[in-house]
Amino acid sequence: MTAVEHEAVQHESEIAGTTIFDGRQARRGYALNKMCYSFNEAANREAFLRDEDAYCARYGLDAEQREAIRHRDVLELIAAGGNAYYLAKFAGIFGLDMQDIGAQQTGMTKEQFQDKLAQAGR
Amino acid sequence: MARIAGAITTSHVPAIGRAIADGVQEDPYWRPFFEGFPPAREWLAAKRPDVVVVVYNDHGLNFFLDKMPTFAVGAADEYRSADEGWGIPVAPPLPGDAALSWHLIESLVAEEFDLTTCQEMLVDHAVTVPMALLWPGTGPCPVRIVPVCVNTVQFPLPSASRCYKLGEAIGRAIESYEEDLNVVVLGTGGLSHQLDGKRAGFINKEFDLRFMDSLIEDPEWATQYSSRELVALTGTQGVELLMWLVARATLPGPARKVWSRYHIPISNTASGLMVMERAA
Repeated sequence: MTAVEHEAVQHESEIAGTTIFDGRQARRGYALNKMCYSFNEAANREAFLRDEDAYCARYGLDAEQREAIRHRDVLELIAAGGNAYYLAKFAGIFGLDMQDIGAQQTGMTKEQFQDKLAQAGR
Repeated sequence: MARIAGAITTSHVPAIGRAIADGVQEDPYWRPFFEGFPPAREWLAAKRPDVVVVVYNDHGLNFFLDKMPTFAVGAADEYRSADEGWGIPVAPPLPGDAALSWHLIESLVAEEFDLTTCQEMLVDHAVTVPMALLWPGTGPCPVRIVPVCVNTVQFPLPSASRCYKLGEAIGRAIESYEEDLNVVVLGTGGLSHQLDGKRAGFINKEFDLRFMDSLIEDPEWATQYSSRELVALTGTQGVELLMWLVARATLPGPARKVWSRYHIPISNTASGLMVMERAA
């Protein structure tokens, strides 16, 4: 195993269900995150909705990132290098809130996920 | 000379900004959160700060991964906010205190904190939401701000220990400023929460409460943990508690708890609020 692979294994197994956004992920996800960062501006959100293929091509997304965007799948987006703070702006285009996103990633309904959060306070 | 009256630490979830915009502070979901703030506002009214040093983490409004400073200090006369992508109304600009900013920069760099300085800096909900909670209403903001941004986006993050030292240095910098100013330090972020991954929704009440207590009883307690350990204990975004450590560390010596509040959940987050002042 190379040092890089060893590091990769380590940081996936370190905290279950958690990807640490480190230099490896930051390099992997640069194009994807740059596109998501552009969604701070309403005109860019509209341009994405008008022609998603052209918008993704403009930012040079790779095939895995393009598929993850197509699927609106947060776990796939993270695997493709996406960072939570920038991905939140992508989710915002579709009016999804953090419980929608949490539910999607944990395979729960939104109500189940909200209940999980409430339970944590008891 | 400038003097630090105390520190306030609070969560800064975007959904709070939306709740304020929608005027739903009295709804059953929101009331337990918003009703924590009047005592903090009363304390501020008594302390009458001129300037608030706001320690926060940017969420991809001002900084992108092309240039990601570990510590950045605003040095502007005014700080604007902007659309963060969610359609929440954009908060009005906040007045800055560039002279104090440059004093902090001089002092911190002299203490070997190699900062990024920003004469233009968009501030996101991590600044505007706590400011709106502490100074509500639509009038002009009665205090000037000096924003201090700490990277929690991209690892490696500054360690808890380093953040504590930064806070101590900010405290020394403020109290060596010759203008007669009353200063409050505001630290925003946390407490435990995780937005991303299969572990999304992770909250650790036991740790949060222990951490809040530690800021009074044993303020350096959390500096024993690495950033990755803090992720394990508090979630990927729970590491924002680093802002609380910076803010607490600006108070020299022992601190007294004036007020605190802890409520789960606000959006996906365990929300906390603390008002601390110098015990001596």
